[in-house]
Amino acid sequence: MARTTTEESLPSAIETARTSDVSPAEQQWVEKTLRPALAKAPERPIGADSGVNRNPDGTARFTTISGVPVERLYTPADLPADFAADNQKYLGHPGQPPYTRGIHATGYRGKLWTMRQFSGFASPEETNQRYKYLLANGGGGLSVAFDLPTLMGYDSDHVNSEGEVGKCGVAIDSLEDMEILFSGIDLEKTTVSMTINSPASVLWAMYLVVAERQGADWNKISGTLQNDILKEYIAQKEYIYPPAPSMRLVIDTFEFGSLHTPRFNPISISGYHIREAGATALQELAFTIYDGVEYVEWALRRGLNVDEFAPRLSFFFNSHNDFFEEIAKFRASRKIWYRLMTERFHAKNPRSHLMRFHTQTAGVSLTAQQPKNNIARVALQALAAVLGGTQSLHTDSYDEALALPTEEAARIALRTQQILAYESGVAQTVDPLAGSYFVEHLTLNMERGAFDYFDKLDKMGGMVRAIEQGFPQKELAESSYQYQRAVEAGEKIIVGVNDFVVEEELPEILYIDESVREAQTEKLKHLRARRSNEQVERALEALRQAARQEPQAQPGVLSSANTMPYILDCVRAYATVGEICEALRDVFGTYEEASWT
Amino acid sequence: MNASHNTAEQNQPIRVLVAKPGLDGHDRGAKVIARALRDAGMEVIYTGLRQTPEMIVNASIQEDVQCIGLSILSGAHNAIVPRVMALLKERGADDILVVVGGTIPAQDIEFLKQQGVAAIFGPGTPLETTIDFIRANVKPRGVPA
Repeated sequence: MARTTTEESLPSAIETARTSDVSPAEQQWVEKTLRPALAKAPERPIGADSGVNRNPDGTARFTTISGVPVERLYTPADLPADFAADNQKYLGHPGQPPYTRGIHATGYRGKLWTMRQFSGFASPEETNQRYKYLLANGGGGLSVAFDLPTLMGYDSDHVNSEGEVGKCGVAIDSLEDMEILFSGIDLEKTTVSMTINSPASVLWAMYLVVAERQGADWNKISGTLQNDILKEYIAQKEYIYPPAPSMRLVIDTFEFGSLHTPRFNPISISGYHIREAGATALQELAFTIYDGVEYVEWALRRGLNVDEFAPRLSFFFNSHNDFFEEIAKFRASRKIWYRLMTERFHAKNPRSHLMRFHTQTAGVSLTAQQPKNNIARVALQALAAVLGGTQSLHTDSYDEALALPTEEAARIALRTQQILAYESGVAQTVDPLAGSYFVEHLTLNMERGAFDYFDKLDKMGGMVRAIEQGFPQKELAESSYQYQRAVEAGEKIIVGVNDFVVEEELPEILYIDESVREAQTEKLKHLRARRSNEQVERALEALRQAARQEPQAQPGVLSSANTMPYILDCVRAYATVGEICEALRDVFGTYEEASWT
Repeated sequence: MNASHNTAEQNQPIRVLVAKPGLDGHDRGAKVIARALRDAGMEVIYTGLRQTPEMIVNASIQEDVQCIGLSILSGAHNAIVPRVMALLKERGADDILVVVGGTIPAQDIEFLKQQGVAAIFGPGTPLETTIDFIRANVKPRGVPA
């Protein structure tokens, strides 16, 4: 196996040269203590002594999971010379620019992070039961997982939906399903996050109508729509329309939300899926935040004022295995966003400057082998997210490399967060790792590495252009392949997979059969017989008309071609997800990527 | 791996179609395996996303592959795999080795094997395992069925 490529190709954000002068005391330590120690007992790599684990001179090399070299020791010489003196420039205090130390002055003392468990499977009826179970067990908010047909804008009875209905999430076809999903759940009091992208405005409209019928005030409801189409092109690949009309739909939600749902986040700009698709920590950080830049640019072109919508932009990161690298990524993200919002976009509203993010532990790190080991992985990843100052958190269930989680596995995942919050003491002090030479060094490198990527992406003409050229896709494919090679070579150890292996029985899993598709198909048949199909067709035609026009914002007034009011009309007439997306397919066409391997 | 396969491979590399059927877009695994097979000396055609069984079987026959690798993570395998196998049979191409990679619940493995799937590679399978299996099990070219 060729191992040299691993070493050359893994992106490195760390310069091994020291940043500042090495103190006499440190020099003395090197001569008097370190050298004799190394002579007596040389350092040994963690994992196979080859490839990524070996320096050209044959000594052991240590790297993060992203392949970034780490040194044995960090001292003030690894930080800028003015770091201690100019603390404000680099760190500030919590709740103050540049927000490295967090967006709240009191950290988690005033309000813990929201324990928001992503969940959804089978029928709306079954998922509704799981939601009530999670809320009864102390979950702080809901997070809806939709099935693949819903994510791709097909009804359950569509031929392409065969075998997929209710498998990876809950099946939602119409307003009727959404009413069932949230029955008995007060939407004015519960914050709800929805993982939906290409058809985001359709599902959001359904949510808004359910809230309205519950008597909830749109001014008071709060939650988050994922609605991040750029990362779909980059990573998760659940797109329907080409990039330009997709971006227009996203900006329609920004505009509508800024006027009608002031407490709802219309987007969650997501690095999670970028990381899952194989990105390094730095690539996740850089591509995600640059996606944010792209959305801002498009909204400004619509004629929106940055301070109207920027306060409601939210982010979503992955928390992976490499503890300190992850913490550095979270800390750096706040400062980077602050710098972009002030230096690049000149946002005046301090709320526009705040990077608020949700975190989910890394599904990709879960192993199908000895699955209960995942409980430990998830706990460490969750701890990194908390030490990084996340606003909300999803902890994965230990059985998710095998299937959607059982009720017991989902409860352990939630309990893991509660143990962190209520037993470990880590929530009591704000940004406790600040000032660590290592963590601060990593944080600064994350920032620098991200801005290097931004320069590159600016030169390509923005993220949509870069996606069309396959740039982020190729970067991810390369990183994931290099990591896999390191795993295959035993250079990176995955406990239970390439080391510490045992023979074992598979655990009980949640199994979803084809009955969900049958039930949903039956429901659709009744719905189509019951509703006014004429009214549905009129509403869909009005939506097509609006979609054909170019929206342009005027201060305080919704663009006349904004699709949201038209989608709301379709939803109220009980048009289905498939029908509404089909109407937009008629106008926008569909997208297929060139395949990069 | 046996000697006759080695000879066949020296003459002509093994041709593999890596396909991603169904609605799911998670293609990290498919891409990693496509590249690993290529690095192992095979000729690999990667179909891209959302291929129907018809498209997969057509492409396999057109490209004259000896092996089809299906990457499925979404739970749609029981709907997709039997259709692929039936179409291959219909087209007289059931000598093509079919392997599946992804998240397949244990209780479905027997069913898929009954359909004619030669092997199922779950999460955490070493790349070498898949490569070796394909090398050892593809039908050598030019040998009558």
